[in-house]
Parts: sequence; structure tokens; C-alpha cells
Amino acid sequence: MRIFDPHIHMTSRTTDDYQAMYDAGVRALVEPSFWLGQPRTSPASFFDYFDALLGWEPFRAAQYGIAHHCTIALNPKEANDPRCAPVLDALPRYLVKDSVVAVGEIGYDSMTPAEDTALAAQLQLAADHGLPALVHTPHRDKLAGLRRTLDVVRESHLPPERVLLDHLNETTVKEATDSGAWLGFSIYPDTKMDEDRMVAILKAYGTERVLVNSAADWGKSDPLKTRKVGDAMLAAGFSDDDVDQVLWRNPVAFYGLSGRLPLDLPTPGALHEGNSILRGGE
Amino acid sequence: MTPTRKELDDRLGGAARAWLDEALAEAAHAATATHGTTPCAAPPSWALRFASAGRHCGQEHADAVRTLLLHEARADVDTLTRLYHHGTAAERRAVLLALPSLVPGPQALPLVEDALRTNDTRLVAAAVGPYAAAHLAPHPWRHAVLKCLFTAVPIDAVADLPRRAHADAELARMLADYAAERTAAGRPVPADLHRVLALAVPPEES
Ligand SMILES: [Zn+2]
Repeated sequence: MRIFDPHIHMTSRTTDDYQAMYDAGVRALVEPSFWLGQPRTSPASFFDYFDALLGWEPFRAAQYGIAHHCTIALNPKEANDPRCAPVLDALPRYLVKDSVVAVGEIGYDSMTPAEDTALAAQLQLAADHGLPALVHTPHRDKLAGLRRTLDVVRESHLPPERVLLDHLNETTVKEATDSGAWLGFSIYPDTKMDEDRMVAILKAYGTERVLVNSAADWGKSDPLKTRKVGDAMLAAGFSDDDVDQVLWRNPVAFYGLSGRLPLDLPTPGALHEGNSILRGGE
Repeated sequence: MTPTRKELDDRLGGAARAWLDEALAEAAHAATATHGTTPCAAPPSWALRFASAGRHCGQEHADAVRTLLLHEARADVDTLTRLYHHGTAAERRAVLLALPSLVPGPQALPLVEDALRTNDTRLVAAAVGPYAAAHLAPHPWRHAVLKCLFTAVPIDAVADLPRRAHADAELARMLADYAAERTAAGRPVPADLHRVLALAVPPEES
């Protein structure tokens, strides 16, 4: 099983996680820039974080045979702090980098005017830089948040087929599907989605345009949730090809919209040859 | 070894070659432009090419393409410093590789020292090239050699090693201490260590 985790915050994870992910079949991932748990107080703090996503973290990932890409943005929570808002002005110099495959995570947190401004501005930046956008839906007031998000997307220059709506669940999947956007589901131990509910959604809505991620970060989360969804799909009667579409081809297709996803991603070859040849590569 | 323009042309596909032609023309134009760049000006077009070289020419050619661009633009220390600090690890590496041919004096040493503070072996390997051999002071140079041994950067990456290491009693002491520490821990001593040690031991002690 080859796995592309389209949303995981490796900065908060250990080298044991990288090893376990590799052993589970993860060969590529996207790390969206986001909140670090501790609020930042200056743009410089963001720049060091972005530089880590473009330097140290891909180096760490490469030690474990995993290709690391990232998305860059000012997240909605910190967009509300006027001390951090100038980050928006510096984003263009980051959005030209080779391993930046989308603008993100953007979206709403508390649905404030400052978040409206940051979301609209960053959708425009995505359009200007030929990048798709990773747009998360808020934890609180999720359905209203999705609707407001879709309104802003419709008013933007970025077509919905270049938008990935993330953290979806049973209450938002229908309207998200109708919007024409890509559909992201985060599988968490306690909150968001779990494997079995994910399988039920896949049965109801199909595998097209669906991406599954662990969204693992500094909170209680599990970087192997992608693999667990793959196993649950097989147990529920989905084919290897269905699993490959959700866990590999869909994320490759979405982030490939950037034109920056290298086509020579490490090929696990697991689909046809078993993954023994891959285990030796340290 | 950085390939020449001709060698690179032979390796690149048609689209990448055309992209490189345009990028080098923009860089050459910037080099001959009469107007000085103002500090707040938007980055010149060739600098955007510098950032996007990997996806247009392939990651395996990115070092060579970026180095060529820096030469063609005749990037000065200020430009190299800005590109380094605004760069990804891959871009920083290209700046380091270009230093020996673009900066005759020691003014760019802060970039080398920055790279040597990282644990990214791609940057460490690029930092111990000919520019460090020419300009890095003995103390940081010795630590750079030791860092290569610690992080498994092949010692062949260290430029001008025989001359710099020759009869360096302090380096020999540091290497011997490191070997003793490894041995005490029951761990193997890197083979490269013995090579450097043989160079560093002063003749009267050998
Ligand atoms: Zn996230």
C-alpha cells in the first residue's frame, strides 16, 4: 500500500513517527503551515517556521525515505492578531519555492472580519501563483463555516476544482461535494473523523476527489491513521485500486495542480511487487 | 563538480533548455543593467528563476542551473546574502557552491558559518568547499572537519584538506580525542577520521 499523507504537521512529530510511517507505506506527504499551539507574536517567528518547512523538515523526512512538500499561509487564528498580519505581505517570496505545492491552511477559525480579509487575500495569492489552496473548515460552527467559506471561494479567482476543503465530516460532505471542490477528511483518535465513519462516507459518496489525512500534530493524533483507513477500506470490500486512488492518486492529482510535484516521487512499487525492495533504503 | 553550460544543455530536455536560455538572458541583462538595485525593489526576474529552477530543470540539475544563474548575474555579496537568507535549503546550497568563484575576499564567511551551524548535511557539505578552505579561520575550520565526521559528510567534501590539515597539532588532538570517545563508547571510529589524522599529525610526532 503506497500512501501520500496530504496533511500532517511533521514539525511536531518524532523520528520514530517517520520510521513508523515509512514502514506503514507512507512515501510522500504535505505539511501545511499552521498554528503551533503557542501563539506567535511577530512575523519573524513565522519566517523561521516557513524556512524550517523548506529546509530542515524535508531533510529530516528524506532520512526516512519520505518526500516532504509543504503549503504556506498565514493561518486564520493568528490572522486575528494585528502583530502577525504583516506575514501576508511576505508570502509571495515563499509561494515561488519549488516544494510549495499549495497555499494553506487557510479558512476560518472564529469567522471574524480579519479572517475574511486573510482568506480572500490568500485565495487571490493562490490564483496569482498558479497554486491550489488547502482550505480547512472550522472546528466550531462547522456547517455555517463551510457555507461562508464556499461564498468566499465563489467570489475569488480560484476555481473550486483548485480548492481542497479539509476536516469535512457527515454534516458537511454533501455541500462540499456539490461545490466541485476536492474533499479532505482528517482521521483523529477522538475528534474529527474515525476510520469506520470514513469508510461509510466512501461507500455513500465514492472515492473520487476524496483525500484522507492524519492531520497529526502536537495534539492527540496518530500519524498512521491513513494506513488504518486503507486497511478498513479493504476490510469493507474496497479494492486495492480504490485504496490507491484515495491514499495516493487523489493527493498526487490535487497537489499536482501546482505543477511542482516531482513526478519521480519515490515509487514504493508495493502495489505490484510487495514492498521488500524498499525496506533496505535508509 | 558543477557541469558547464554545454554539459548541462546536453542533459536538459527541450523545454528546460529553453527555460534556461531565457533565465540566463535575464540574469545577463541584470548584470549589465546600469541602474543599481534599490533595497526595497521587487526581486529581479532572474531571482524568481533562481527559486523555481528545480521544477523547471529537474531537482538533479538545480544546483548547476542555480550556480550558472548566479555567475551570469554576477551576483555580489549583498545579493548572495539576500538569496541565501530568503532561500530554501536547496537555494542556500547553490549560493554556497557559487561563493569561491564569485567572492574573492572573506566577506561571505557569515553564510558559511550559518551553514555550518545547521545539521543539514547538504548545507554542511557545500559549506566546506574551496571558499571555506581559502577563508575560514583555523578554529571554525577544525570544527567544520569534526562536524563532517560527526554527521557522516564524506571528508572528500572538505576542499584543500591536505594543505589545511597539514601538521595541525590542534586538529590532531581533537581527532584523537574524538576517536577515544568513540572507542570508549564501544562504537566504531569513522574511517575518514584516520585519513585526516594522518594528515594532521605533525611530522616530528609521527
Ligand atoms: Zn492542520
